[in-house]
Amino acid sequence: MSHANRLAGRGRIDRSKPIIIQFNGREVPAYHGDTAASALIANGILHVGRSFKYHRPRGVLAAGAEEPNALLDIDRGNGRRDPNNRATVVEAFDGLVTRSQNHWPSLKYDVGTLNDMASPLFSAGFYYKTFMWPSAAWKRVYEPVIRRAAGLGKAPTVPDPDRYVHSHAHCDVLISGAGPAGLAAALAASVDGSRRIIIADEQNEFGGTLLHDLTSTIDGLSASDWVAQTVATLSQRSNVRMLPRTTVVAYYNHNHIALNQRLTDHQSNPSKGMARERLWQVRAGEVIAATGAHERPLVFAGNDRPGMLLADSLRAFINRYGVTPGRNVVIATSGASAYQAAIDAKSAGLFVTIVDYRKRDEIGDERLLATQAGIEILDNHSVIGSTGRTQVTGLIVAPKTASGGVGDVRTLNCDAVGMSGGWTPVVHLVSQSRAKLVFDTALDAFIPGEAYQSERSAGACRGVYALDECLANGHEAGSGAGAAPSAKSSEATGFEPVRLMPTNRQKLRDKAFVDFQNDVTAKDINLAVQEGFQSIEHVKRYTTTGMATDQGKTSNINALGIVAGALELTPPDVGTTTFRPPYTPTTFGAFAGQARGVLFDPERITPMHDWAVKKGAKFEDVALWKRAWYFPQGRETMHDAVQRECRAVRESVGIFDATTLGKIEVVGPDAAEFLNRIYTNSWLKLKPGRCRYGLMLKEDGYIMDDGVVARVADDRFHITTTTGGAPRVLGHMEDYLQTEFTDLKLSLTSTTEQWAVIAVQGPNARDVVAPLVSDIDMSNDAFPHMSMREGKVCGVPCRLFRVSFTGEAGYEINVPSDYGEAVWEAVYAAGQPYDITPYGTETMHVLRAEKGFIIVGQETDGTVTPEDVGLSGLVSKVKADFVGKRSLARPDLVAEGRKQLVGLLTLDPDVLLDEGAQIVDDPQAALPMPMLGHVTSSYVSPNVARGGTGDPQQSGDGRSIAMAMIAGGHSRVGTRLYATTREGFTEVQVTKPVFFDPDGGRANV
Amino acid sequence: MTKFSAFNVARNAFSASKSWPKQWRNPEPRASYDAVIIGGGGHGLGTAYYLAKEHGLTKIAVVEKGWIGGGNTGRNTTIIRSNYLYDESAGIYEHSVKLWEKLSQELNYNVMYSPRGVLMLAHNVHDVQSSMRHVYADRLNGVDNEWLSPEECKAFCPPLNISNNIRYPVMGGALQRRGGVARHDAVAWGYARGADRLGVDIIQNCEVLRIDRDAAGTVSGIETTRGYIKTAKVGVVAAGHTSVVMERAGLRMPLESFPLQALVSEPIKPIFPCVVMSNTVHAYISQSDKGELVIGAGTDQYISYSQQGGLHIAAHTLEAICELFPQFRRMRMLRNWGGIVDTTYDRSPILSKTSIPGLYVNCGWGTGGFKATPGSAHVFAASMANDEMHPIAAPFSLNRFQSGRLIDEAAAAVAH
Repeated sequence: MSHANRLAGRGRIDRSKPIIIQFNGREVPAYHGDTAASALIANGILHVGRSFKYHRPRGVLAAGAEEPNALLDIDRGNGRRDPNNRATVVEAFDGLVTRSQNHWPSLKYDVGTLNDMASPLFSAGFYYKTFMWPSAAWKRVYEPVIRRAAGLGKAPTVPDPDRYVHSHAHCDVLISGAGPAGLAAALAASVDGSRRIIIADEQNEFGGTLLHDLTSTIDGLSASDWVAQTVATLSQRSNVRMLPRTTVVAYYNHNHIALNQRLTDHQSNPSKGMARERLWQVRAGEVIAATGAHERPLVFAGNDRPGMLLADSLRAFINRYGVTPGRNVVIATSGASAYQAAIDAKSAGLFVTIVDYRKRDEIGDERLLATQAGIEILDNHSVIGSTGRTQVTGLIVAPKTASGGVGDVRTLNCDAVGMSGGWTPVVHLVSQSRAKLVFDTALDAFIPGEAYQSERSAGACRGVYALDECLANGHEAGSGAGAAPSAKSSEATGFEPVRLMPTNRQKLRDKAFVDFQNDVTAKDINLAVQEGFQSIEHVKRYTTTGMATDQGKTSNINALGIVAGALELTPPDVGTTTFRPPYTPTTFGAFAGQARGVLFDPERITPMHDWAVKKGAKFEDVALWKRAWYFPQGRETMHDAVQRECRAVRESVGIFDATTLGKIEVVGPDAAEFLNRIYTNSWLKLKPGRCRYGLMLKEDGYIMDDGVVARVADDRFHITTTTGGAPRVLGHMEDYLQTEFTDLKLSLTSTTEQWAVIAVQGPNARDVVAPLVSDIDMSNDAFPHMSMREGKVCGVPCRLFRVSFTGEAGYEINVPSDYGEAVWEAVYAAGQPYDITPYGTETMHVLRAEKGFIIVGQETDGTVTPEDVGLSGLVSKVKADFVGKRSLARPDLVAEGRKQLVGLLTLDPDVLLDEGAQIVDDPQAALPMPMLGHVTSSYVSPNVARGGTGDPQQSGDGRSIAMAMIAGGHSRVGTRLYATTREGFTEVQVTKPVFFDPDGGRANV
Repeated sequence: MTKFSAFNVARNAFSASKSWPKQWRNPEPRASYDAVIIGGGGHGLGTAYYLAKEHGLTKIAVVEKGWIGGGNTGRNTTIIRSNYLYDESAGIYEHSVKLWEKLSQELNYNVMYSPRGVLMLAHNVHDVQSSMRHVYADRLNGVDNEWLSPEECKAFCPPLNISNNIRYPVMGGALQRRGGVARHDAVAWGYARGADRLGVDIIQNCEVLRIDRDAAGTVSGIETTRGYIKTAKVGVVAAGHTSVVMERAGLRMPLESFPLQALVSEPIKPIFPCVVMSNTVHAYISQSDKGELVIGAGTDQYISYSQQGGLHIAAHTLEAICELFPQFRRMRMLRNWGGIVDTTYDRSPILSKTSIPGLYVNCGWGTGGFKATPGSAHVFAASMANDEMHPIAAPFSLNRFQSGRLIDEAAAAVAH
């Protein structure tokens, strides 16, 4: 049984390297150089899968990427399993494990076959017409059944252990396809060495159709020797990069092309760490598509049995792999090219009959060659059916009659069929590139028309089929340098388009397949037209033709032809569907590349990050940054840690990493005027060495960002922004500088990562920092709150800000990033006598909420004005203009009843509101319930007195506090409202949004 | 008109489906109509359907430049939900979900509305705050939306990776159980069939070249590639090309059109039971009844009418999918396409009268219009019929861009 269907003396397989692959647990002997498909055929395994809808037994149809039927689950071990692999492109290696799919309980006995028997029920679009009663049953009953029946293979269930990489390249000419046209183009384009060439082919070796051409000669060499010589020549040329096993999958704008290279799938033991696939992104000066053509099946009842292949694919199996599905072959064709398949089959020792749809006088010289080879030809015949179940046993044929019908039926016994309904140029790439496709009636195909980008097509993909012309065409596309290769070939071209083969059968269950994988029959397509679906896009969507994993490579033109026939239109009047990338299905991982885990998004960390890690900090993600969230000690909970940190800052001193705040250096004679236009408040009179809190709006009048700005010198400002807003603010400023304020002279530089920022906050802050500082008078009078001094700390040049986001006296020490960790450690050491406490972002949030300071993005949400959050004082009344000023005057922005910032205290101090909780006046109201606003911030504060409203003199034993945006909030202070809780509602007291030190005295000490 | 039913499917099984009639006619345009809808997507066809069904208009045409359902109706990822933040949004999307729940029966066309649950993930503290705000607002608006812990998310969507070994671990999610998916093409076809049955003319391959006004400034007719059509009421429902159509009436629209991409995997057996969305890492995924993983990507940064986006946009989405579902890394992308989405400043739609009497516009649905199809069509039809915006539609009028009364869902959900 082993290699029962192997042909002696043929093929490019290496018979000295026997291997064994597995199919459904069975050992299948093969050779190095086989594909999974050729290995299975070699061993007489023709029934390899079940179709999507009717679960019909299916075998290999094609020899290449267009295969719709033979889909296998491939298991490469250790979690490397994936479904829906086309057996025709899976290279066999020793130990390869393959399984058939889409059947239960087994490939041989599949209950899904019932669908085939009941198929009249399952006409095109039947599911739109039923399953509607009762309405809840769709989700509960019908859909689960349909879902289980659909789908093909089973998804992987464990994380993929493989790696994927990306490469980027530029070239002058990218050639897609290394068949005769592509190779000729590459030779011509590269010969003078002035242009960089990339030539890619999806197969494991270059050559395309030449790899199964045993009769043609090129420049006096056999086709395969010419390929070998050409590949050798190209590999000598340093300006040529050759990429086998590389599919040009997608063609984007600006000649940006994606190629997927398979690196390890053909290896039984890939070296560890080797990437599985590489996605190339190439910018090409010019693209040459030399992507060939796909053969079309003939459409007749029962055209889908295992053992029935496309004719040229059958020829490829015979010549390239030395295998055949059977010994008794019928070639059924409506064109000339299949004669070579018949002749090659005959020369391989097979019994061959040709059934030709064409009349005798329409058949060319190929007839003589076949006759000379001793092949019987039935011309002017139609194929009307087939016999067999898991392998074809006969082809039912009949002579055509003048009236368009058929005469007496006879059955040709056979165990292999090669069928050819003509050829379809592979125009996917140029279509993706938005070239116009034009229908060529003589070729019965769409071919590339006017190019949209810098690309051209050569060879069969533009309908040039004869080998000699193909080579010349490729040569010309490659700019024609050097002499064009010249071929001698007996292969003939040309075919007569035939849509649905004439037949005398009209049985309900007769199925003439157009789209094999999706089980779309000619009848389905006609039904769609009958029901009024006239655009090809409609027919495609209604019947699902062309939507299988092969994307209609073998079916689209047959479908289009049938629609055109039914509507009595020409194919171009029906239109063609748009070709969408990728050309063949492409692994998600190849697109995702190395972007997993920490490489998914860059992690930005501060110079003090490692210190925080060592101290056991927990981190939170803020934009790309990892920020220390809190510093638990021992087995402290987050709550306990934050309470401790909050107390420590108010009672003594805390240290906080504020590095992530965005920083922009604004330099130039017009720097102050620029800020004046960008921020709502005024900057002209700010003195060097002083700081000011700045508020900026978007054009729409809503708060965009905020932060402290220091004037370093007359012409220099140090701006800080929110952590997440830094890139947005810089972009906003550059936008205005470059497009609106072109009269201003200044520059903007992001300095976020240049400065490490160490915040030291609390009543003892000065005592900790002062001893470390030289050159700066640290007294309160000389260096008051909201000022900045340049000097040295620990001998390191610094910008020392006296600012506070906690309400305590404090500093923010800006030192060059490289010194950040050292200065941090020095400050921490200096703080030891004061029990200096590192605190994280959560404590920072609590402390600022106690003070009623807003966080842009938390209290604000892009719909909040300065007035809404009580900052109207920061909006200049005298400036002629600033960004957002005009919008601030819009009716709705000054309307009564806008949401305004307030404080909330729950009546029960132990109740902590959810951030996001909604506020209502009457919790008994019917739904939809009128809502007044929502809680923006909510914390347990240890510093606010339990019973009261935050008298700073009262030693707080802690209670919950909250901030909220509430309609007409300012006028509601003192009233009671309700906030939603997980269970229902809780009553709250509306207060001013300041819970601690309302006079702000503590910061000025 | 043959009723769609299991009985008739069975009956046709024995007659080789010979008796199924055209689902809609392919008529020549008449010289005049009472109302013309420009744009044969779901929103436009639905508008015509409700105009005919609920407002007694009999002479209605839908004119479509290409083939019906060929724009965003046939290109989207079919997600349906109503768990929006603001009352106005919750109003229109919830109105829509209620219509979705009965739409198959209403149209006698199985649109396969599958309320399998939409889970929107939170990956940072800000996401959690925003999700909770949505959950609470929805609760008071009578819209189902509940907060799930990471473990509950995993139980609801077993393929989800809730471990800490990803860049932005899942901190929980907001689940709307009534959310789900539907079959997009069937929505267009179902409305088309229903409208046709009520006498609406659906005219495909008919591009509008000009929208005319009479001396009083009121809409008087449209010039098309298939002849002149007189009408006093025009509803423009042209999605990504609304600006282009409105320019033919001499009006500029506050819209920007961008390519938005989506993609599907090869089909697989059922593995993904619900819809998962993550705005933070940009992943939107469900599984179609056919078995494909349906994945939404983002918009390009640049405005364009090319139905093709950049590779990096789709790649970024697949990065996110592979982070959240590392077992899908070996799955393969089958098909990747783009559509043109018309976006407004506040990312909420425009349903509005215009400065031209008789000219109405329904657009600006951006990246999320499919879910609104029935609700949008229903209230837009009422607004056109009564020449007064339906209360659910009224907040979405054009004048909000002057008054500043924006409905900024995006601003509320995006971290600042």
